[in-house]
Amino acid sequence: MREISQLIACEHCDAVFKKLTLANGEIARCLRCGNELDRNAQERHRHLLPLTIASLIIFVIANSFPIVEMELQGLHSQTTLIGAVVSLATEGISMVALLVMATTILFPFMQMLILFYLLVPSKNPDERPGFSLLIRMMQTLRPWGMIEVFLLGVLVALIKLSNMATIIPGIALWAFCMLTIMLTVVVSFNPRYLWQLEESGQ
Amino acid sequence: MAKTYTSMATPDDAQNMRFITATAMGLLSCHQCGKLWQDAAQGQRCAHCNATLHSRKPDSINRTWALLITACIMYIPANMLPVMVTSTFFESHQDTIMSGIIFFWVSGEWGLAAVVFIASFLVPLLKLSSLFILLISAQQKSTWRQLERAKLYRMIELIGRWSMLDVFVVSLLVGLVQMQGFAQITAGIGIVAFGAVVVFTMLASISFDPRLIWDNEQVTVDAERLAVFDNTMDGIAESQKGTQ
Ligand SMILES: [Zn+2]
Ligand SMILES: [Zn+2]
Repeated sequence: MREISQLIACEHCDAVFKKLTLANGEIARCLRCGNELDRNAQERHRHLLPLTIASLIIFVIANSFPIVEMELQGLHSQTTLIGAVVSLATEGISMVALLVMATTILFPFMQMLILFYLLVPSKNPDERPGFSLLIRMMQTLRPWGMIEVFLLGVLVALIKLSNMATIIPGIALWAFCMLTIMLTVVVSFNPRYLWQLEESGQ
Repeated sequence: MAKTYTSMATPDDAQNMRFITATAMGLLSCHQCGKLWQDAAQGQRCAHCNATLHSRKPDSINRTWALLITACIMYIPANMLPVMVTSTFFESHQDTIMSGIIFFWVSGEWGLAAVVFIASFLVPLLKLSSLFILLISAQQKSTWRQLERAKLYRMIELIGRWSMLDVFVVSLLVGLVQMQGFAQITAGIGIVAFGAVVVFTMLASISFDPRLIWDNEQVTVDAERLAVFDNTMDGIAESQKGTQ
């Protein structure tokens, strides 16, 4: 088994290319299918750790406060994301409750925690336990974190309710908006490039 | 944006050039860290990151078919059964995916009706039919519109998650509208089927190997040429560089 370090193969069509030296922010694309081959992620990496920490804080806020409060003829009602999951579970729709909990709470939280652990500088990066396993987990979780879809769902639900009741947006709604913006940067980072960063001595 | 390429096999023209593949060169690429290995066997571990090496995702076509057919079966109850039940003091009212969209449309929320129509109706349908096209053409090793098929695959990977929208809408309404005896929204069994459609189509597109779209030209590299490549890397295409 011998490494061919001068070449790179396209993940989507198997075509082989010479590896190019990329400047900061440059992306190499496959000529055959247009897929991203390689990227210089150094620059982006610098902002990634602070963004991950900020995302974690906002994530906690988003899940601790009510998303929305509803008033209907003197009656008040409010819910957090976890509250909605619990309501689903107590109704016996536990499959959907699990799905919602996984895609909006568990997976995004795991992604942020893993990224945080992998990015925090350590004295001895070679001996970081579970490095390879955690990157694999990040890659598997990547399609399943759906905070941005959830946010759109909240907006649709609110407009639907605003026809019949008074709607007061809660703190968590704004937190989810911020979280969505931040996570588009954090989660769109392909974990594969963490290998690259590790090699370059990060 | 630099754009240079030369190809190992003689190009007929720039658009229709033939690319040399890792498989043809006897190389295995690691799906996790991207390293290329020579003289590695299928199922062997990557020496860099310890992932299992495969030239193609194992059993991709069969797995994708199984997941796709499951998704198609779930698609029927997902659209027929109620996803949400609204009970007020006077009446009880059931909503399916489609009746929810029609409700928005009739009440004048056209933008919203369009968003929900796209996410809950068009995207799942587009995804199911695209996967059918991708699977059948890959099984026939067709050379028909390969670039478009590659783009189609990338598109369904990108938009598939958005059909989860209705699952989140229903969850939130169920959590919020719990005014006992006065107004209450409960989830219908249709939402379970609908969630299953989204999950199974996502699993299907993940298990499909897009390299199968291109697996039809039998280009093999003879030993002589491989030796040339070993020394000089002559004739291997350079990729396209750019900033987005
Ligand atoms: Zn490609
Ligand atoms: Zn590897």
